[in-house]
Amino acid sequence: MSSDPIDAAIAASGHLPGGLLQVLHGIADRLGHVPPEAIERVAKALNLSRAEVHGVVSFYHDFREAPPGRHVLKLCRAEACQSMGSELLAARLERRLGCGFGETTGDASVTLEAVYCLGNCAASPALLFDGQLRGRVTAEKLDAIVDGLTEKQESA
Amino acid sequence: MNMTTTTVFVPIDATARSLGADEVAAAIVREAAARGEAVQLVRNGTRGMCWLEPLVEVTTPAGRVAYGPVEVDDVTGLFAAGFLRGGAHPLGHGLTEEIEYFKRQERLTFARVGQGDPLSLTAYEAQGGLRGLRSALSAGAAGDIVEEVVRSGLRGRGGAAFPTGIKWRTVAAAPADRKYVCCNADEGDSGTFSDRMLMEGDPYCLLEGMAIAGLGVGAEYGYIYLRSEYPDAERTLLAAIERARAAGWLGEDILGSGRRFDIELRRGAGAYICGEETAMLESLEGKRGMVRPKPPLPAIAGLFGKPTVINNVITLASVPVILDRGSKFYADYGMGRSRGTLPFQLAGNVRRGGLVEKAFGLTLNELLYDYGGGTASGRPIRAVQIGGPLGPYLPAAKFDLPLDYEAFAAGGGMIGHGGVVVFDDSVDMASMARYAMAFCAIESCGKCTPCRIGSTRGVEVIDRIRADERRDANLVLLRDLCDTMTHGSLCAMGGLTPAPVLSALEHFPEDFER
Repeated sequence: MSSDPIDAAIAASGHLPGGLLQVLHGIADRLGHVPPEAIERVAKALNLSRAEVHGVVSFYHDFREAPPGRHVLKLCRAEACQSMGSELLAARLERRLGCGFGETTGDASVTLEAVYCLGNCAASPALLFDGQLRGRVTAEKLDAIVDGLTEKQESA
Repeated sequence: MNMTTTTVFVPIDATARSLGADEVAAAIVREAAARGEAVQLVRNGTRGMCWLEPLVEVTTPAGRVAYGPVEVDDVTGLFAAGFLRGGAHPLGHGLTEEIEYFKRQERLTFARVGQGDPLSLTAYEAQGGLRGLRSALSAGAAGDIVEEVVRSGLRGRGGAAFPTGIKWRTVAAAPADRKYVCCNADEGDSGTFSDRMLMEGDPYCLLEGMAIAGLGVGAEYGYIYLRSEYPDAERTLLAAIERARAAGWLGEDILGSGRRFDIELRRGAGAYICGEETAMLESLEGKRGMVRPKPPLPAIAGLFGKPTVINNVITLASVPVILDRGSKFYADYGMGRSRGTLPFQLAGNVRRGGLVEKAFGLTLNELLYDYGGGTASGRPIRAVQIGGPLGPYLPAAKFDLPLDYEAFAAGGGMIGHGGVVVFDDSVDMASMARYAMAFCAIESCGKCTPCRIGSTRGVEVIDRIRADERRDANLVLLRDLCDTMTHGSLCAMGGLTPAPVLSALEHFPEDFER
């Protein structure tokens, strides 16, 4: 199998009927995002138009068109987490990281995103930190995560 | 030193892991080794008592004894207290199955969840697994399978509550060279997690239900459309599919019957709307998740234009017990036209959050107070939202409604997927109404105008009302807008977004006046 991530994703899932999402996941899993050059190559391999592929990439939240920061923090902002104070955590994160939701910090260390339900609603508020689910998140636990990021950055 | 091996259970469920279960499991193994205790660690599914997670269980001659919520720092103390032999400890709860919350449940669909290693096929069969599939294979005709499901009264657990057997009948009767079974595992509603717990805790049950559906309607291929927010469930399901194939009950020759059925898992990509069945089909076909107009029904022209059974995870996972124990056994639970059980989910600001599987007919009060124990914050419950982001908000005056599809709807509620989100008296209902519109604006697929534009206009109008800008005129406008969305939208996303908004206005008008 090719070592090129886009070729590898096409080789792994391109043959599946209606497998475009799986191909794009394959690319995003390997690269963290779906780069513009992937659109044309995937379109060609799957016999689709570039518009069709671009339309799918832009429709789904999971497919970023630009690389994320070194860490990705997704805070659940849906109802159950709101009932346990997630909006206070949201404001705290924006303040501490100095960036809004859907944005990456200036030093490219963290991408902050909102997510609507992680299925951890009996342990709200919940967040996903670099793919790891955390429950019953408090301001202190949140600070510990953010502190860990800034410390790592200082020592780097 | 004690060389009798003790079995210790630490859940592998995502909720338990989000609260440190992996670290607790490692600490137990470490401490046992240091003390020379022989321990066999089993990573089980969750018992559904989430407020006690991580819930560690120890096998004793009297039964399994529960300790929770256990943190890494508690582990040394637990060993010191002799928890391996069920010793007393402040985190101890006695026998797991005697805990009221658990004991009073009626677990049919979730019977096996939490008992043991979710991927052990031996344990699955020992606890009644595959009996439903065997019974389906020995049915005289495919029609018998479908009619058994019809008689059970099972209705779609994903929210719409359409009779499952009737849907299967339509697919079975549709002539086609190929048919599909699609499992909707895009559990996107806030406050719901029963699909996830089932998939992580008893994945074979879902696969068995899908295989039975395939036999019933004449489909040989099934898809599970799983939301990408559930990586643990993905891992478990992929392993389960692999093992079921190897064991010969999925694939070319189901249990030596000569019948075929195989399952493929497809990962969604973070779009709430793909939980809507026609948007899910588009997504499975590799397209944008745009809602299709109905008709044609997916049962006639669904995936790749072929007749397709689309059922939610809990619906399909309820099928094996029906085929195994018979439709009458299942239908004996419940009330009115709501037969069987529903795994309710207690979520949000609730003291004892978790999964409660009960027959239809209990009241919201029982669920909120007897099981839930009131709010986590200790303040009074002010509102609950049932049925996800498209469900109405209910005030305390409605808490005596019985949880039955028809009775609950008559009282202004919607049971939906059975997720109950609890709010205390600090909630600002005007802000929740605004959120409902904002969420719809973010997640609308954009196909129909009332939903695409209406949701954005809804946010603006609510903002004006909250800013006291021409309040009366804007309230009229908001209701008018809700009317347009309700009656003009293509699917339930735009059609039901007004439900939380209007219920907030109706039951909590004071929140719009400050």
